[in-house]
Amino acid sequence: MSEPTLRTEAKAVEPEAAPQERHPMDDLLREERLPHIWCSGCGIGTALTCFISALLKSGLDLDKVVVVSGIGCTGRVAGYVRLDSFHTTHGRAIPFATGLKLANPELKVVVFSGDGDLVTIGGNHFIHAARRNIDMTVICVNNFNYGMTGGQAGATTPVGAVTTTTPYGNYEHPFNLPYLAAASGAVYVARWTVLHVRRLERAISEALAKRGFSFVEVVSPCPTNFGRRHKQRTGLDTLRYYHERGIIRHGADPRSVDIELGGDIIEGKFVDIEKPTFSDCCAGIVQKAIAQ
Amino acid sequence: MSSEKGVLSGSFFMQGDVACAEGAITAGCRFFAGYPITPATEIAQRMAARMPQIGGTYIQMEDELGSMNAVLGASWAGVKAMTATSGPGFSLMMENLGLGIMTETPCVLVNVQRGGPSTGLPTLVAQGDMMQARWGAHGPYEIIALAPSSPQELFDLTIRAFNLSERFRTPVLIMTDAEVGHMTERVVIPPPEEVTIVPRRKPRIPPGDGYQPYVADDDLVPPMAVAGEGYRIHVTGLTHDERGYPATSDDSAQWKLIQRLVNKIRLYKDEIIEVEELYLEDAEVVVVSYGIAARAAMWPIELAHREGIKVGMLRLITVWPFAEEKIRALAERARAFVVPEINWGQIALEVERCAAGRVPVYLVPHPGGDIHKPEQVLAAIRRAVA
Amino acid sequence: MKYWRKPLDLASIRVPHGRIYIIRERCKGCGWCVAYCPRQVLEVSDEFNSKGYHPPRVVNEAACVSCGLCEMICPEFAIYRVEEEREVETL
Repeated sequence: MSEPTLRTEAKAVEPEAAPQERHPMDDLLREERLPHIWCSGCGIGTALTCFISALLKSGLDLDKVVVVSGIGCTGRVAGYVRLDSFHTTHGRAIPFATGLKLANPELKVVVFSGDGDLVTIGGNHFIHAARRNIDMTVICVNNFNYGMTGGQAGATTPVGAVTTTTPYGNYEHPFNLPYLAAASGAVYVARWTVLHVRRLERAISEALAKRGFSFVEVVSPCPTNFGRRHKQRTGLDTLRYYHERGIIRHGADPRSVDIELGGDIIEGKFVDIEKPTFSDCCAGIVQKAIAQ
Repeated sequence: MSSEKGVLSGSFFMQGDVACAEGAITAGCRFFAGYPITPATEIAQRMAARMPQIGGTYIQMEDELGSMNAVLGASWAGVKAMTATSGPGFSLMMENLGLGIMTETPCVLVNVQRGGPSTGLPTLVAQGDMMQARWGAHGPYEIIALAPSSPQELFDLTIRAFNLSERFRTPVLIMTDAEVGHMTERVVIPPPEEVTIVPRRKPRIPPGDGYQPYVADDDLVPPMAVAGEGYRIHVTGLTHDERGYPATSDDSAQWKLIQRLVNKIRLYKDEIIEVEELYLEDAEVVVVSYGIAARAAMWPIELAHREGIKVGMLRLITVWPFAEEKIRALAERARAFVVPEINWGQIALEVERCAAGRVPVYLVPHPGGDIHKPEQVLAAIRRAVA
Repeated sequence: MKYWRKPLDLASIRVPHGRIYIIRERCKGCGWCVAYCPRQVLEVSDEFNSKGYHPPRVVNEAACVSCGLCEMICPEFAIYRVEEEREVETL
């Protein structure tokens, strides 16, 4: 092993694979930027893997797929996909994506961000985009805290959870994301942990194929900032927790899928309905406008 | 795109706000995202009626944060986009105006100023957001801001704002006010073929040929690929390198990026700055003003002429970048500057900075809610020659 | 593989086989692939990559049925499998 320079420029050591073999997802990754910044045992990479796998199977024109993410650990997803991608400001991925979609309806717009970004600071935009049923897919990696900034409480942090800003235990009731999305008007709502990779991949595929506001919550470990403070020092500990406490209940009433500290995690597809999208409703207006 | 029959031309008796919307449409704006706020709501209302007629998109967002971001998103989908607001909304748009500056996103942001601070005087005129226009977002940057004095000029400057935003790949502000926005006057809209529209500068190489979103041309402005064209661009608010990738650990990226973002506007100031000069040939007193305040100063200047006072007007049509050289040159031969503005001293500070103590600068302040009384400005002119 | 009765389609079904590839420099030693491989094909190696993580190592190549779980669950895009033909193994 040559003497590593001060800041090891992580060039890929000649992989074991024969040269022409490449990771099947490298075509959709900015591989020159790997390894990525997420911690060892963080689930964002797995959520991204399921997304890319779903994309590869979707048959979508990848030149028309756009990923928009906000600020936070998951916000860095936009920087790693070899697609048109936008890394916007904190909480504002959804309105940015709304502008993209409405200005060019051909685009398949995917918002990929974290719980803090999407429903805490960005909550107002989240509920309105769902209400309007804007045609976009929102993938929310929920690790129950603001990870990037070192582990503060957010709107999804369970009651009693210890974070750097709730040192005596969180005393605020969190959002129940599937319920929030369903109540706001989302036409597709599903939740999977990063352990259930195949089901998560299928849910993302369904969400991508769905017209209107589709929402997939991905429950993910955050060993460094959340797990560590709740007896799940490694991502593997958290995956084992999902293995024991994950309960698949398709069609469950979204009101009943709260996540409590140490409680069960209800997973599955909760909402899958048909509703005219914002653009469908908009189209009818144009004739009336031109006629006047 | 549906037929262009929707673009107006001819002479109209039109409200300023409405003229602003029509100026945008003539300039090729096909996306408006906004939020109701006096005194800018009429712009949104006009857009709501007109966009569907011309194949454009109108969306009323949940707040001004959403509006500004939707405009940025639309621009990155290849559509000319605009939003309009007033003080309170303008404050909410600052962070994402900064995102537009950092990512070099062409778009137009109209601020129909009203009395402040805070809720202030919602229906009444003011010009108290001029420094916020310059420094409202955080960090080092240049901004372009235009200030119309009439509905006709608001129409014209909206077209110019779009052209400047495409030419320099930056958000452009129109700093108008409740007076100009709500007054109704003649507005002449030239036939479309007589209007010069600056198209977006597109990459000259096809996708897949190593296009990098932030490799600039000689004038420091990078050609702009947008989403859906196969260029697989990455755009981030983080400090980025020429590939558009985050570059927050090597400081050379910040040096290069900030110098380019600032110089691409600063080095081309002469192409941007537009002023109107009246009676300046032998002026002893120079009234420096902009927007409605400049218009309100015309009568006091006439009265002063009758009293034999040699006074002229430098009307700033472009407020930012500031017309520094003009002020320095005038400071060489004039005895004083008089700066009427409907705030407690903002552009006056710039005039002072550029006069550099050579001549006094008399601010004619106004807290907002009305235009200056002629005698207020006349008194300042008289004091300047006393 | 152990069956409580002989499957009717035993003759026609071909159990797939995968060859595992590991991009050691990308691995951050989270251990997910090793823990969740249904066939215990992998094991944490004692080798270091340049960041000081222990990448996985293939210890039971023959057992791999190319299910791809390692590839899907890896958060680092550091492991994948390529399906390979192999002589039909009598079960």
